[in-house]
Amino acid sequence: MATPESYLLAIGTKKGLWLATSTDRKEWSLSGPHFLMSEIPSIGIDTRDGKTRIMVGVRSEHWGPTVVHSDDLGATWTEPEQGAIKFPEDTDAALERIWQIHPDADSRPGVVWAGCEPISLWKSTDGGQHFELNRGLWDHPHRSEWGAGYGGAAAHSIVVDPSGEKVHVAMSTGGVYRSLDGGASWEPRNKGISAYFMPDPNPEFGQCVHKIAADAAVDGRLYAQNHHGVYRTDDDGENWNSIAEGLPADFGFVMLTHPRREGTAWVIPLKADGERIPPDSKLSVHRTHDAGNTWTELHAGLPDHEYNAVLRDAASVDTAEPVGVYFGTRGGTVYASDDEGVTFTEVAAHLPDVLSVRAAVVVGNPAGAEAPLAAAEATVLAEAAVIVDAAAETAVSPEDQPDAPVPG
Amino acid sequence: MADFTVLLPGVLQPLVGGQSYLTASADGAVTVGQLLDSVTGEYPVLARRLRDETGALRRFVNIYVNGDEVRRLKGLDTEVAAGQEVLIIQSVAGG
Repeated sequence: MATPESYLLAIGTKKGLWLATSTDRKEWSLSGPHFLMSEIPSIGIDTRDGKTRIMVGVRSEHWGPTVVHSDDLGATWTEPEQGAIKFPEDTDAALERIWQIHPDADSRPGVVWAGCEPISLWKSTDGGQHFELNRGLWDHPHRSEWGAGYGGAAAHSIVVDPSGEKVHVAMSTGGVYRSLDGGASWEPRNKGISAYFMPDPNPEFGQCVHKIAADAAVDGRLYAQNHHGVYRTDDDGENWNSIAEGLPADFGFVMLTHPRREGTAWVIPLKADGERIPPDSKLSVHRTHDAGNTWTELHAGLPDHEYNAVLRDAASVDTAEPVGVYFGTRGGTVYASDDEGVTFTEVAAHLPDVLSVRAAVVVGNPAGAEAPLAAAEATVLAEAAVIVDAAAETAVSPEDQPDAPVPG
Repeated sequence: MADFTVLLPGVLQPLVGGQSYLTASADGAVTVGQLLDSVTGEYPVLARRLRDETGALRRFVNIYVNGDEVRRLKGLDTEVAAGQEVLIIQSVAGG
């Protein structure tokens, strides 16, 4: 049973969502899958106002993307009838995938941001039930020149400062854009970030920034894991400088920062663009306490041989003291650390590719305290039965429909 | 008035209260798109499962009119006459 002292770890994979709870961040109880056979590229856990709302970006290959939420730790899920994220008619665009769900600051309860594919930024003021398209970014004259990374073209990182006026987004590929008026207008801020794959390696925009995160305590300081390159800015993106020295590789997807402590960040390097495996095939997290001037390798509890990548949102921190660090691999193994990454324990293995991980100190609510995971399991079993039955009844073989799309 | 019936795959039936088919009435023939508008009017979640915001049929949703997949006909503009069977099936996809 979840208590106010419990920890919640939500794991989004290529084939569904798993939820894990723990009272000590060492032993975890796992339930799932929810939304079996749908990918879960984004999760947001909103613990503001003394409640816990899990918001999930779900994408079915057949039935498209949607946002659902649960206020009872996964026992039940709600999908807004009209859809939480829907492109306005005049855009002639359709939502492909929700890449990011980001609850705003405690001082702005109800505000939730979302980053999506096609590249777009969205804002909700009702706790993630309905989002409005950010027109400033959508109508930006650069939009037609933004490209797609291997995973698609999306806004994947959203950083909002305490005032709510200064907003940074990062997109692949387009780079970092900054707004100083709460999102009304946007300017690219990529000076110093390499785009070595373009004819001009130092363009105004077009970089393939994989993830950005804000320093907990220093205003104007952000960190970026780039498509080759690890950077820091101390002036809100006006200038980016390399902090890759001391890392075994400058490629990777993850960038995490401490929720309270200045200068503390974590990355999970991969060998290179062309070899997306941990350096020397040894899975390690690297942490800095001095804003990237030095890095420490953290490997205790992690495998010496690992050939799977860790994706940009498949990593998270919680807000406990000491901070918990969590991540999952494309090989379906999930790790947790209750000591800021010094040691890791395995939470789950043999899951589908892990796409998203979010962790939170659970603020229990009455609806969720009754045995949420047992109820969730019942829901999952019912959903699975429907899917299996439906597949048996309606599946048509490729031979029967030669022109129908049948991806591998 | 003519009656039209749209058969749903089992996986979508929970979205319409467990019904295996939906019906609509119209004067004369209708297009597949018009028929979808009609039968999903009360079921916006079902509507989103079948078509995106632009109205396009989702890539792995197949609709058959009397056994013919509508992409090989006129897509959502394919006409449906009274008495013809309209069947929605998800294509075999994934891995």
